[in-house]
Formats: sequence, C-alpha cells, structure tokens
Amino acid sequence: MNALLVVEDVHKRYGKEEVLKGVSFQVEKGETKVIIGPSGTGKSTLLRCINRLTEPDRGRVWLDGVEVTSPKTNINRIRAQIGFVFQDFNLFTHLTALDNVRLGPMRVKGMKKDEATRLAQEELARVGLADKADAYPAELSGGQQQRVSIARALAMNPKLILFDEPTSALDPELIGEVLQVMIKLAQEGMTMVVVTHEMGFARSVADEIIFMEKGVIVEQGPPAQLFSSPKHPRTAEFLRKITELYGGEG
Amino acid sequence: MEFFRQLWEVGRYLPMLLRASTVNLELLGALLVIGFLIGTLVALLQVYGGRFLGTVAYIYEWVFRSVPALVLLFLFYFGPSEFGWYISPFLAASLALGLRSSAYQSQIFRGAIQAIPTGQMLAARALGMSRVQALLHVILPQAFRLAIPGWSNEFSSVVKDTTLAYVVTLNEIMRYAKIIMDRRYDLAMATFIMVALIFLFFTYSGNWLLGQMERRFRIPGLQMPGASGTVL
Ligand SMILES: Nc1ncnc2c1ncn2[C@@H]1O[C@H](COP(=O)(O)OP(=O)(O)O)[C@@H](O)[C@H]1O
Ligand SMILES: [Mg+2]
Repeated sequence: MNALLVVEDVHKRYGKEEVLKGVSFQVEKGETKVIIGPSGTGKSTLLRCINRLTEPDRGRVWLDGVEVTSPKTNINRIRAQIGFVFQDFNLFTHLTALDNVRLGPMRVKGMKKDEATRLAQEELARVGLADKADAYPAELSGGQQQRVSIARALAMNPKLILFDEPTSALDPELIGEVLQVMIKLAQEGMTMVVVTHEMGFARSVADEIIFMEKGVIVEQGPPAQLFSSPKHPRTAEFLRKITELYGGEG
Repeated sequence: MEFFRQLWEVGRYLPMLLRASTVNLELLGALLVIGFLIGTLVALLQVYGGRFLGTVAYIYEWVFRSVPALVLLFLFYFGPSEFGWYISPFLAASLALGLRSSAYQSQIFRGAIQAIPTGQMLAARALGMSRVQALLHVILPQAFRLAIPGWSNEFSSVVKDTTLAYVVTLNEIMRYAKIIMDRRYDLAMATFIMVALIFLFFTYSGNWLLGQMERRFRIPGLQMPGASGTVL
C-alpha cells in the first residue's frame, strides 16, 4: 500500500439508483489524476466519498496508509489533510479572502493568528491575489473566487487536493487563470485528483486519465494513449462528444 | 386646552414614570437574552437536531407561540408557589416572556439558517471543522446577520409586551401609571398618553439602533434570498 490515496471498491446508492458500482483506483504522491465522464455518472459522489462528505455504502479508502473509511478514524483529522475545491467555490460569504484562507489553519489546526495571517497572505500571493486580501467573495470575479478557494485549500498544507469541476461555473474568459494555478500546483508536485471537462488541461497535466461512466471506471491510462487510441468504444464516443462541445484544447 | 393643562400636570409625574420604565427596560433585556439564547438553540435543533430533538424543538415552539402571554405570566408567577417555591415577579416575567420570545426568535433564526446555501456547511466540514465549529464560525455568523430585520420586528413587539408584567405585580411603568390614575382620575388619559410616548421613544430608538447594527454588519453578497438591495 504505497500509494498516497487508495480507493477500493467504493459503492454508493441513492434510493434505487446505484451511483457508484465499485470504483477502485490509486494515486501516487505527486501525481495528477484527471477524472472525466458524462454528467450524472457519479464523479462528484466519488470525490465526496474520498473525504466522506458523502458516506460510502461499501468499500474502503486509505490516505497515506490510514484507513479513511474506518469508523475509528477521526474524519475531521483526515479532512484537514485533503483539500476540496468545489465547482461553485463555496467561499464563506461573510469573510474576506484573507479570513477565508486563515479560518482553517486557525480553527482546525489551532494556528496562532499572526502565523495564520502570514500563511494566508502567502497562499493568496501564490494564486496571484495578494492585493485582494480584504475583498469579500461577492466583490470578486468567479475566477478570483475559485483561486481564493484554492488558496484556502493550500493553507491547510494538504497531502492531496480534490477538484470537482473547478472551472465549470466560470465564464470562458475566466477559466484560464484558474487552470494556470492548477498547472503550477501540478508542476510543484502537489497530488491532485481533478474532475474536469477541460481536455486541454487533462492532456497536458494529467499523469493518468480515468474515464467513468454510470458509476464504474470504464478505462484508465496516460493521456497520450487514452486520447489517441482509446481501448473502449464508450471512451472514444465520449471524447468525440466532449471535443465537439468544449473544443480540443479547452 | 384643558387637555394640555392635564398633560402639563402629568409632567410632574414624568420622572416617576421614567424611573419605573427602567424596570421595563431591564425586563426587556432579560427576556431578549433568554429569548436569544434559547431561540438560537431551538432553531439549531430544528435544523440540525435530527428527528427526535427536532420534533421536541418544534413542539416547544408551537406551545410557546400558542399560549397567550398573560396565561404564561400567571403560570410562571403562581405556578411555582403551588410547589412552595417563591418566584420574584421579575424572574417570573423574564421567564414567561423570554421563553415566549424564544419561540418567535427560533422561527426567525431557523429561516435565516435555512437561507444559507448548503455549500457553506460542506466547505467548512471539508476543511476538517466539526459540526459545532462549522455552526460557530460559518453558519451562525451569517444567520445572525440575515436575522436582524426579522429580529427588529420581534424587538418592537416584546418592548410593548413588558407592560403585561403588570399583572404579576412587577413595579413597572403600568403599575405606576395605575397609581397616578387612582389618585387623580382626571389625569388618566394624559397619563397613558405619556406612557404611550415613552414607548414610542423606546421602539423608535431600538429600531434605529438595530438599523445601525444592520448597516454596520452588512456584508456584500450576504442577504436573505429575495431581499432587495444591491450586491457590491
Ligand atoms: N445527495 C443526493 N441525493 C440523491 N441523489 C443524488 C445525490 N447526489 C447525487 N445524486 C445522484 O447521483 C447521480 C450522480 O451524481 P454526481 O455524483 O453528482 O454525478 P457527476 O458529478 O458525475 O455529474 C446523479 O443521478 C444524481 O442525481
Ligand atoms: Mg459533478
């Protein structure tokens, strides 16, 4: 069990509908995994099962050798080590950018205010928003909000960051600034699992791409292989459709 | 003209009435604190308490909103003496009106909590906050801001309710107004107009203060859905 993240046979059912039908994969330290697939396929549910924002019905998850899904595990301790970036940002509405970023370190990690402030300023600088520390979320563009939410995740010094369609709620002209931050993180060796429809990002940044459909992993492989010679006809079909929708280099 | 002469004469009693009205203000303070604390707790239980505690909280709210204030006052004042406990008029009135207000306040806070998008709680939990931390640092600070307008209404109505404590022998403004009236029946009308003016002043300044507070704590992008007002 050397991988940083191990997901093993995760199942999730909502009422009659089985949303995840046994999903397994691993992520090595420093790796960027991109998950693609049609909407309603269970990608968000899968990410949420990893940090148990959604409780999986069956299956197990390990982070750095610790079983996340064990009832004995303090889940808050685990979550503090897993960044989560939401599609619609979910910045804390009543807090400035700076307060959004330092809240976690202060309240979850018990960091002193001065130290947390310095850290938050660094993380905001890292996403190119040093000058927006005092802005409230509503005063920022979508792209800026998403970058603050990435800074908020980074401030916890996570072992892994999960991104759930981080650019899907953005106007097209704001997507680039967020992807740039993510590309930089990948290059710096951050371990990331990214659900996205941005095929350009997937192609250039992913170490491996996972194609999911109807609650199962249909195919996975390095981007070069998956894009040029998908083994499964469903994968080829999806890639063709997504390219039509979003263009080749999203 | 005669009437203005009477009003002038009641002016002599004004210091006494004002002194008595501080008891109303003390009662107001006590009942608002009780109502705020218990109202918040009840709202949290209704939203996050699960089936059993949630139901208990709803029943509590329903009971205290359904029983007339006067009945509650009598129950809290005379009830304990059935068991041989003496309860001061002030304490009885604070509890009766405070618990009643908590039921109304819980309604206001519940609405505010439910107006907060679920993503706020999710984001807090994803950072590793416990549920209590998320409530304390994320949900309640937003909910209280959203609740200020509704809370102002509740304030206006409980300010006036403090005069009901007259019936449990609290030495508040109505009691003194009654004393004046008993001595000088001709001044009854003028006396109660004076009392009315005092309450107009309380309500006005209270609402002014809350309006200031709302402005002071206003945050761009944080408002009740459907509320007018510009973002940014
Ligand atoms: N909390 C929920 N309750 C009921 N059904 C849900 C819930 N969350 C997701 N679903 C359902 O699960 C399926 C997969 O959803 P999701 O994981 O969001 O897919 P994706 O992210 O791939 O679009 C959808 O059919 C969705 O309606
Ligand atoms: Mg999704």
